Amino acid sequence: MAGNRRKKHHFSRIHAFSCGKTSFKGDHSLIGGPGFSRVVHCNDPESFEASVLNYSGNYVRTTKYTLATFFPKALFEQFRRVANVYFLICAILSFTPLSPYSAVSNVLPLVVVIGATMGKEVLEDWRRKKQDIEVNNRKVKVHCGEGAFDYTKWRDLKVGDVVKVEKDEFFPADLILLSSSYEEAICYVETTNLDGETNLKLKQALDATSNMHEDSNFQNFKAIIRCEDPNANLYTFVGSLELEEQQYPLTPQQLLLRDSKLRNTDCIYGAVIFTGRDTKVFQNSTGPPSKRSKVERRMDKIIYFLFGILVLMSFIGSIFFGIATREDLQDGKMKRWYLRPDDTTAYYDPKRAAVAAVLHFLTALMLYGYLIPISLYVSIEIVKILQSIFINQDLHMYYEETDKPARARTSNLNEELGQVDTILSDKTGTLTCNSMEFIKCSIAGTSYGRGVTEVERAMARRKGSPLEEEVTEEQEDKASIKGFNFEDERIMNGSWDNEPHADVIQKFLRLLATCHTALPEVDEENGKISYEAESPDEAAFVIAARELGFEFYERTQTSISVHELDPVTGTKVERSYSLLNVLEFSSSRKRMSVIVRSEEGTLLLLSKGADSVMFERLAENGREFEEQTKEHINEYADAGLRTLILAYRELDEKEYIQFNEEFTEAKNSVSADREELAEEIAEKIEKNLILLGATAVEDKLQNGVPECIDKLAQAGIKLWVLTGDKMETAINIGFACSLLRQGMRQVIISSETPESKTLEKSEDKSAAAAALKASVLHQLIRGKELLDSSNESLGPLALIIDGKSLTYALEDDVKDLFLELAIGCASVICCRSSPKQKALVTRLVKTKTSSTTLAIGDGANDVGMLQEADIGVGISGVEGMQAVMSSDIAIAQFRFLERLLLVHGHWCYRRISSMVCFTLKMLIDKLG
Amino acid sequence: MPGSDSTAHKSKSRRPKYSQFSQQELPAFKLILTPGYVISTFIVVGLIFVPIGLISLFASETVVEIVDRYDNECIPKDFRDNRVEFIKNKQTNKSCTRTFTVPKQMKSPIFIYYQLENFYQNHRRYVKSRSDKQLQSKKNAAHIRECKPMGETDNKDPIIPCGLIAWSLFNDTYGFSVKGKDLKVNKRDIAWGSDKNYKFGADVFPKNFQVGDVGGKSLNSSIPLSEQEDLIVWMRTAALSTFRKLYGKIEDDLQANDVITVVIENNYNTYDFKGTKSLVLSTTSWIGGKNDFLGVTFITIGGICLFLAITFILLYVIKPRPLGDPSYLSWNRNSTPTPGR
Repeated sequence: MAGNRRKKHHFSRIHAFSCGKTSFKGDHSLIGGPGFSRVVHCNDPESFEASVLNYSGNYVRTTKYTLATFFPKALFEQFRRVANVYFLICAILSFTPLSPYSAVSNVLPLVVVIGATMGKEVLEDWRRKKQDIEVNNRKVKVHCGEGAFDYTKWRDLKVGDVVKVEKDEFFPADLILLSSSYEEAICYVETTNLDGETNLKLKQALDATSNMHEDSNFQNFKAIIRCEDPNANLYTFVGSLELEEQQYPLTPQQLLLRDSKLRNTDCIYGAVIFTGRDTKVFQNSTGPPSKRSKVERRMDKIIYFLFGILVLMSFIGSIFFGIATREDLQDGKMKRWYLRPDDTTAYYDPKRAAVAAVLHFLTALMLYGYLIPISLYVSIEIVKILQSIFINQDLHMYYEETDKPARARTSNLNEELGQVDTILSDKTGTLTCNSMEFIKCSIAGTSYGRGVTEVERAMARRKGSPLEEEVTEEQEDKASIKGFNFEDERIMNGSWDNEPHADVIQKFLRLLATCHTALPEVDEENGKISYEAESPDEAAFVIAARELGFEFYERTQTSISVHELDPVTGTKVERSYSLLNVLEFSSSRKRMSVIVRSEEGTLLLLSKGADSVMFERLAENGREFEEQTKEHINEYADAGLRTLILAYRELDEKEYIQFNEEFTEAKNSVSADREELAEEIAEKIEKNLILLGATAVEDKLQNGVPECIDKLAQAGIKLWVLTGDKMETAINIGFACSLLRQGMRQVIISSETPESKTLEKSEDKSAAAAALKASVLHQLIRGKELLDSSNESLGPLALIIDGKSLTYALEDDVKDLFLELAIGCASVICCRSSPKQKALVTRLVKTKTSSTTLAIGDGANDVGMLQEADIGVGISGVEGMQAVMSSDIAIAQFRFLERLLLVHGHWCYRRISSMVCFTLKMLIDKLG
Repeated sequence: MPGSDSTAHKSKSRRPKYSQFSQQELPAFKLILTPGYVISTFIVVGLIFVPIGLISLFASETVVEIVDRYDNECIPKDFRDNRVEFIKNKQTNKSCTRTFTVPKQMKSPIFIYYQLENFYQNHRRYVKSRSDKQLQSKKNAAHIRECKPMGETDNKDPIIPCGLIAWSLFNDTYGFSVKGKDLKVNKRDIAWGSDKNYKFGADVFPKNFQVGDVGGKSLNSSIPLSEQEDLIVWMRTAALSTFRKLYGKIEDDLQANDVITVVIENNYNTYDFKGTKSLVLSTTSWIGGKNDFLGVTFITIGGICLFLAITFILLYVIKPRPLGDPSYLSWNRNSTPTPGR
C-alpha cells in the first residue's frame, strides 16, 4: 500500500457521499461551557497546564475487585443472600450465652460456605485481571520528543500524547486523527468491537493537520483541543482544535475510538484525548447484570417458607417457655425447685418472664437453624461447577476448525438451559458464517452455476429425496476459494467465448470487475490478490470476476485496472478504466453505479442493484432478457440466494458533462439536503439501462443450522431472529434456515413504504411520527385479525417487522398488541433493528411472557441482548470477543445449541432439581 | 489454512480429552419400576418384617415388669392436703411400706428403677449446670463457672460436686423383703463403666455438698465420686420429662405369687411441681425391657407391604397397562397441546 499516495479530490469521488465540509455549527458554541470543559494540550502532556488538569491515565481495570476492596466488597456481595445474613447473625449470637451450642459449630459452616464462594470470585476475577494485564501492556508508538516515536505501554499513555498507530492495530485510547499515510489524511476503521458492523468506516483528519506525514513533522507540533467531557455517546463528538491561533471544528469524523482497528491504512497519527475509563467504549460498558436461575429463585422462596416455619416454631416455643418460667415462682413458692428459679439470670427469670421468653426466642432461632439448609447452597455450587466442567469437556460441542470448546462462563445458569422457551438469535455470524459465496448467475437469459444451496438441500431433505451427499462433499473440497462456490464449465476457464451471447457475458464480467468500491491487496510473495470490501457481497463479486478471468488488481485515484481475458487471443490483457464518478449504494437507492471511460474512449455507466429498482430503469431496447431473468431471479430467491441485477448504459459526452457539473455542485453545496440533491441528480442519469443479467450470492449458513432449528422447533422452542440486515436478506435467511416455509402466510409490518417516506419528508416531524405510528398500529391490528381468524388450512403465520416500525411497536401503548401478535406467530423476524431494540425486544418477551429467554449472538451489537436475556449465549466466532465476554455460555457454532439445550440443559435441570428435593427431604426427616 | 494452523498448534489444542466420565458415557443402570419388581419387593419386605415383629412382641411379652406408683400413697392421711409441707418438714416420719405380689416367676437379675414424671432434667439451665472438669479431677475443684447458683458456699468455698444436677440428687431409698427375709440390693455396677472410669475422678471427694440449702441426697465425703454410683446415674440426665433411672439389682429369683414388701424412705420432693414417683421392678430379655413398640412397628410395616403387594397384583390382573405407553404422558393425554412447559 506504500505506493498509494492519492490525490485529494479524486479519492473523495469514491466516497461521494461521505466526505463533506465541516463548519462551526450550533453545537460548537457550547465548547468551554459546562459538559464541554475538556482541554487537551497536544504533544505537550508534561507541561504545567496539562499537569494541572490531571486527567486519569490509560490504565484500565475490568476486574470487580482490587486487593484492597476485595474483602469488604466480596463480603457485602455474599451477605446480600438472606440465608447468609441469618447465619451471620447466628454466628455472632453464638458467642453470647444465648447459644445452645458452641461457637465453632456455628461459625465453621458459614466460613466454609462464604470461603468457597469467595474463592470462586477470586478465581473469576483473576482471569479478568490477566486479561487486563495483557491489554494494559500492549505497546504503541508514542512521540517522545525531537520527532522520534518510541514504543510505550498502553497504560502509560497520557492525554495529549501523539501516537502513531499502524495497520491492523487497535487504537489504544480515543484519538483525534491528525494525519495518515494517505495524502488526504483519511483512514479506514473497523468498528466491529463497538457496533458489530463489519464494514469499514472512513475517517478524515482536518485539512490543517493533514500534511504531517513524517515522524519529524511532530517535533514542534503544538495544539490545544477543547472538547466535550467524557460521555457514552459513540456517534457524536463536539470539539475544536486550536493550531497556531486558528480554531478548527472537530466532529466525529476525526474521532478514532478505542477498541476499533485501523484497516487498509499504513499508519495514522493521532492525539490522545480520552484515556482509560474516559474512553467512549468504557463509558458505554455496563457491569454485567447478575443473573439467577429460576430454580434458585424458587429455592429462595422455599427458604423463606422454611424461615417462616422456623420463626413460628421458635415463637410458639418461647411463648410456652415464658409461661412455664413465670409459673416457676409464684408468691415466693417455687414449683420446679430443682431449677432454683429464686436465684437465676435474666434468661430464666420468672419475675421477668417476658424478657426470658424473648431471649429464648433467639436461642430457639439458632437451635432450629438446621431448618435453613446452608449445606444446600454449597452442594448446589459444587454440583453446578461440575456441570460446567461437563459442558466444557463435551466433545460434541468442540469445534475443530477454530479449536474452541464450549465454555460455561457462569455456572449458575446451567439448569436454566433446560427451561428455554424462546430463543432470540442474531443473524450474521450466528446463523450465517458472514461470508458470501457467489453461486449462480443469469447472463443474457441463461442461468449458469450448478452449486446447490443449503436451502435447496434442506428442501430436498424435507421432500425425502436427499441430494447425494458425496456431491456436496466433493464441492466443499474444491471450494477452497472463500466466497466462490461457482461451478459451470460453460463459462469457466474462459470457455464463455463459445456461448451464444459472448459479448453480453464479457460485459457482465467486466461490470463485476469494475463496479464496486473494493480495494485490492496484492500479496507480495505469491502475487495473489485479495480484496478489502465494505461488504462481503461486494468481495464475492470481485472474487467471482477474478475467478472467471477478469482480475481486478489495481485501483488508483483515477482508474481501475483489470487483467482481462481476451477472447480473440486467449491471453490476459491489461485494461484500465478511468474512474469518473461513483454513485454510492444507500439503502434508499438500493443500487450503486460507477461511471468509467474505457480505453476506447466510450463513457459507460455500470450499475448493479435490487430487482425492485432496476427493472423500472431499463431502456426499451434493454429488456431483451427481462422475462427469463425475472424467472431466474425468482428461482434464486426460492433457493435462498441474494440477487442483484446488473445493467449498463453508454453515455454520450454531452450528457455526462452536464451531469458531472450538477453532481459536483450538489456534492459541494453546504445545505443540509446535500445528499438528497446528489441522489436526485444521480437518479436522472441512472435510467435507460440495458439489462445484462443477475447474480446470486449465498449468505452461507453455518453447518447444521436448519437441522438444529428444526430440532429446537420440535422441542417446542420458539426462535426469533433479530437482525440488523435488510428485510429482503432477513427473509431469505428465514427461508434458508427453514424458519419460513412455503405456505406460511407472512405478516409484514414495514415503515419503508413510499407513503411513509413522504410522511417523513414533511415539515411537521411530530405529525409524521404520529402518522407513522398509526400506520404501524393499523398493520398490527390487521395482523392480529389475521391471527384470530386463522384456520389451520391456511398455514401458520410469520411476522416480519422492520426496525422503524419496531420503534413504534415497542412503545408502551402498542407493545402488548405487538407481543400478542408475535407470540401467535410461528416465526418472528425483526430486521434493521438496532442493538438497543434487540435488547428491548428481549426484555419485552422476558417480562411479559415470564418465560425463559435465551439470546444468542456473536457481535458487540448483541451485547445488550445477551445481557438482557435470561441466558446469553455468545458465539466465539471470528468477530471480536465482546459478545463472548458478556455472555453466560460461549459456544463455537449455532448448531451446538441443540446439544447444549436438549442434552445438557435437560440433564442439569433434572439433576439440580432432584438434588434440591432430596436435600429438602432430609430436612423434613430431621424435623420428624 | 485451517489445516496448517491446527498442526502448528496441535500441542496447545484445546480439544477436550475423551474419557467416558467427561463425556457422561459411563455405563449406567436405572431400575425401571415394573410391576414385577414392585410386587416382589413388597412381598419380600412383608415376609421378612412380619415374623421379626412377632418375635419381638413375643420377647417383650416374656419380660415381667412391676410398676408401683407411691408418691400419693406414701403421704400420711393427715398430710394429704398439704403434701409439700409434709415433704419439707424434717421432723415427719417419711417411712412408708408397700407390698405387691409377683405375677410370674422373675429370674435374676431383677432391675430396680425409680421412675419420675414431669421432672425436667432436660431443662437447658439444669442440663448445663454442672462442671465436668471438676468431676473429673481434683485439681479442677475451683472450676465452677457453669454451676451457678450452686457453685460455691456462702463463704466462697467451691462445692464438689457443683451444680443443680448434683444438688437435686434423688434421695428416696428402698428396702426389699420377701416372706420376712430381706432381699439384698446390689448397688454396684449400675452406672456406665466409662462414666466411672473417666468422667468421675477417683481422687475427687465430695466437699461442702448439701451445706446450707439442701436439695436432695447428701454424699459420704470419704468416698470418691467415681464410686458414688447413684450420683453418676443421676448425672446422666434424661432426655424426656418421664424417665427411669437404675436404682440397683436384686440377684435372687422371685417366684410367682411371692409377696414383696418394700420399705420406702419417701424423701424426694416431687410435690412442688406435681410430679409422680414410681418404683419399677423388671427383668430383661434380648430386646431389653418391656417394650411392645418395636414389634408393633415391624408388624404394621410388614402388613402394609403385604397389603400393597396384594393390591398391585389385583390391579395388574384386573386392569393391566402396557409399560412405557406414551399416550399416558401429560402432554399426550389432552387432545389440546399445552403450550410451552
